Amino acid sequence: MSNVLFDTPGPRTIARHRLYTVVASLALLAVVAGLLWILFEAGELEYDLWEFAVTPSFLGVLGGGTLTTLSQAAAAIALATVFGVVFGVGKLSDRAWVRWPCWLVVEFFRAVPLLLLIVFVYFAYGIGEGGIGAYWSLVIGLLLYNGAVVAEILRAGVLAVPRGQSEAAYALGMRKTQVMSIIQLPQAVKIMLPALISQFVVALKDTSLGFYVVAPGLTYVGRQVWTEFGNQFQVATVLAAIYIVLNLILSGIATLLQRRLVGETSPLDLTRVGNMQGGENTGGGVGTT
Amino acid sequence: MDDVTGNFDLVLSAFWLTIQLAVISGLASLVLGTLLAAMRVGPVAVLRRTAGVYVNVVRNTPLLIIFIFVFIAIPNIGYLTQTPFLLKGVIALTFYTSAFVCEALRSGINAVPLGQAEAARAIGLTFGQNMTNVVLPQAFRAVVPPMASVLIALTKNTSVAAAFGLLEATARMRGFTNNNADDRLLIFAVFALGYIIVVEAISLSAIGLERRWKAAR
Repeated sequence: MSNVLFDTPGPRTIARHRLYTVVASLALLAVVAGLLWILFEAGELEYDLWEFAVTPSFLGVLGGGTLTTLSQAAAAIALATVFGVVFGVGKLSDRAWVRWPCWLVVEFFRAVPLLLLIVFVYFAYGIGEGGIGAYWSLVIGLLLYNGAVVAEILRAGVLAVPRGQSEAAYALGMRKTQVMSIIQLPQAVKIMLPALISQFVVALKDTSLGFYVVAPGLTYVGRQVWTEFGNQFQVATVLAAIYIVLNLILSGIATLLQRRLVGETSPLDLTRVGNMQGGENTGGGVGTT
Repeated sequence: MDDVTGNFDLVLSAFWLTIQLAVISGLASLVLGTLLAAMRVGPVAVLRRTAGVYVNVVRNTPLLIIFIFVFIAIPNIGYLTQTPFLLKGVIALTFYTSAFVCEALRSGINAVPLGQAEAARAIGLTFGQNMTNVVLPQAFRAVVPPMASVLIALTKNTSVAAAFGLLEATARMRGFTNNNADDRLLIFAVFALGYIIVVEAISLSAIGLERRWKAAR
């Protein structure tokens, strides 16, 4: 195996690498054993503290929290798609008075931290009589941020449709609206779908921010469990595991769709999008190695 | 609004804390992320896989859960109890961001065509020369845009620290909106603008760097 950084190793280098492998494995084992020992010493590995994770009634509560969290992410992404279509198409408009306001809205919600949005929505419209509550404050915050990102995904998707398609449509005498809605958008959706699912993963991770406004969901359930048993570490571990498994499943679906619909390489490169994922929204899903 | 204009030093100090968090954890994650990237692209399979697992686990964990570990769960076991909040925030943010830094660096190295290194070897450059004169300069150029978005995301992610008792910009905004319900839109605009300024500063300097390092092709 030769790559940019080093040549295919010869016999002596292979021997040296074998030595590195042994040393590295021992070091890793030592680290893992050390961590487990620390946990064991502190009594954190005792069955009582982990019992909630195998007790049916608590599993029901955790499952309920997971469903709430998933429903928040799904609602946010569904609404964000609507938001994204409106503003993404707006950004592509030929008219400057449509394009600029849309650009401003999208840039604003992409640059502002999601938690700031959620806190603002919650404390301005969420609490008190007639307030929308923590659940919808969280969903609206997620909707605004992810909507801006979806608008950007949509714009990139439409621009990734080969120009010949729209030129041919114009040559057939279609109007601008027809070209967008019949020719460009349907093809863009195919290109966008994996990126949209990756964005769903981002939204799912960000539902955890509801912790700050005490919105229902996994973190809320987690807090209830640890206030009862005082097993913060165990609850946090289980919550992290739930999130990781859900995200890996979704990323797997995104990668699968990517292969089916677009091919190995994605024409959508959104590395400039400053999202919570840190610009890895290249449409390939999270699990690409 | 008088409360905000009268206490504008509080706004500034809140953003100063945000910037401190972003800069310190940015530097720390650059170091840790570079180490991870070196493991990830290196020849030793065990290290490669370890770094891969780290990146995949951390990227799929919500930042808030990492904050729960650092601020609630680990102190509950009896570690990190005396650590200052700023340092704990830096630890959580670094742990999370270094995974993204690692991926950005790795994609930069993968962007250098194999022929470049082979040609450098063919004309007799040593490994060190190959790295410093051929591979790394090209990799750095390819890394600038994704690294800028990692740092922008980090700046926005510092807001999560608000949920754990650090009085940075987001927490300060919450305080102001609590006290001045009538001016909440204006207060939100002030704090949003502050974040936008910081984010734009990063993205403009990235564009500047990109232009400066642009190779004639």
